[in-house]
Amino acid sequence: MAKFKTSKTKGGQAQINTASLPDIIFMLLFFFMVTTHMRETTPLVHIKLPEATQVQKLEKKSLVSYIYIGEPVNKSLGSKSRIQLNDAFASVKQIPEFVARERQARPESDRNLLTFALKVDQNTKMGIVTDVKQELRKSNALKINYSTRKGKK
Amino acid sequence: MARRAAPEINAGSMADIAFLLLIFFLVTTTMDTDIGITRILPPPVKNKDTHVDVKDRNVLKILINSHDLMLVNGKPATVENLPQRVEDFMALHPNDPNFPEVKEEYIPELGKKVMMTKGVVSLKNDRGTSYEMYIKVQNALAKAFDEMKDQESMRYYGVPFKDLVNQKKIDLINKLVPIRVSEAEPENVGGQ
Repeated sequence: MAKFKTSKTKGGQAQINTASLPDIIFMLLFFFMVTTHMRETTPLVHIKLPEATQVQKLEKKSLVSYIYIGEPVNKSLGSKSRIQLNDAFASVKQIPEFVARERQARPESDRNLLTFALKVDQNTKMGIVTDVKQELRKSNALKINYSTRKGKK
Repeated sequence: MARRAAPEINAGSMADIAFLLLIFFLVTTTMDTDIGITRILPPPVKNKDTHVDVKDRNVLKILINSHDLMLVNGKPATVENLPQRVEDFMALHPNDPNFPEVKEEYIPELGKKVMMTKGVVSLKNDRGTSYEMYIKVQNALAKAFDEMKDQESMRYYGVPFKDLVNQKKIDLINKLVPIRVSEAEPENVGGQ
């Protein structure tokens, strides 16, 4: 049965050396470990960001605090838009305290550069957003960013 | 006594372990970069009664109601042609009474006086306006101001605004084209 022997008689294909495979995988692994940043908060509100074209990147991640506004994920809490700060629901009144805490957590030289990113669901009514903005104004957190998705031109 | 060689650790499964970790990080990674429209809020007002009178011709009034419909200076308008409206409004029309006044301002970086418009865009929305619509309008306004910055940048430096690297040049263009958008306190007409 010469038919089956052809591959052997040719000496067989050279085996690929897989000894360096773990190294390659480790390299990829380290890349992802370094670039990864874990989600810090579990979203309690459902957020679908609106689209915009004239967007800027937020440069320093460590100088950004997030305020989430949207419908609660847990349906039993109703469909009224709620504010989420860190890991808990909050009322508008708690925002000055939140701003103060976020400032405290940063080094003193950077406190004025703190940006507040508003991650707001696109179906939210402006009323609650305006209330949040007014509170931010009162507590002198003036630099804000309306988080959006990159839209098509 | 026969000395036994130290048993070799089987490294064959190392690749599998590494793969497992790799897949874990691949899945948990969020590569999203945060993008959005950055705005500076006006500082809090101490005295609520201070009233600034602005001439009617100097203001472009944008109203959005709770049904996401827009009025620009009292007439219905769409988001699509809003950037053009704003650009026309903010352009210099020194002797036209239908357009905002102009004033001369001394810019030390240029060493000369430059004509600047006194026009302000006033944005007012209802408490029932959707955030989507609000961002659409903010985006349209940002587009108008970005285009004006591009024009100024082309005029002085010959490159679009986003290609400027020198911070001084960026600051100068920002000074020549200030984002003059005033947001009024929203009304609650439509109910929430």
